[in-house]
Amino acid sequence: MSRILGIMMVTFFGALLILSTVDFSPWSDPAQPAAVHVSPRYIERTIEETGIPNVVTSVLADYRGYDTLFETSVIFTAGVVVILLLRREKKW
Amino acid sequence: MVKDPDDIIVRTVARFMIPIIQLFSLYVYVHGHISPGGGFQGGCILAASFILISLAFNIGEAKKILSGRKNLLFIGLGVFIYAFTGLVPLFVQGNFLDYQHLSQFLPLDPVMARYYGVALVELGVQITVMAVMISLFQDLVTAGRHESILKDRENGIDR
Repeated sequence: MSRILGIMMVTFFGALLILSTVDFSPWSDPAQPAAVHVSPRYIERTIEETGIPNVVTSVLADYRGYDTLFETSVIFTAGVVVILLLRREKKW
Repeated sequence: MVKDPDDIIVRTVARFMIPIIQLFSLYVYVHGHISPGGGFQGGCILAASFILISLAFNIGEAKKILSGRKNLLFIGLGVFIYAFTGLVPLFVQGNFLDYQHLSQFLPLDPVMARYYGVALVELGVQITVMAVMISLFQDLVTAGRHESILKDRENGIDR
């Protein structure tokens, strides 16, 4: 019973996700919202605002600092969970 | 299980390669501001050098350099460095992770404060990624029993 319910829910939410891709802008469309004002803003002003020549690094660690902080904590969680699940030692 | 490889070629090459790999990981981290690279990549390369020690010698040799307790400390230390760098601007009425306010604590102008704030944050990422990769490798390869496997080998039991 719960298996059928699970399959139904997965199908429903999967169909919802596939349905939502119809509204995506086409691949590499120069007129999509992110390419119109977000990317040019970072590319033009990253040197004068952060002094970092590499735009990828400045976006990763400065403009999108929250994202990288929680990426790091995801890695932290993965490491701790593997230790908790697998390690069978009294003395480390 | 994990056996000691008794190969002089592998051991000699590993001895030459390990310092080069560790230096290269620092280069990838420091040069991340200019070229592709940064904390995640540098941390993985640094962990690879410890994994090479574990493969060419054994896990005990790697743990002589970086013990399990120290490694566990590093896992938390990296996230702490990142979060603390983000918290410091809050004391001078800035936003969380707004590194330009670090200029009030360091002799830097706001632009360079952001530059070095990013460097600090990447250092935290590098430490966490390195420690987690080493810990994952050691736990997965020995099924979480590195100490008892090493002890068994000393007593002549081969698994």
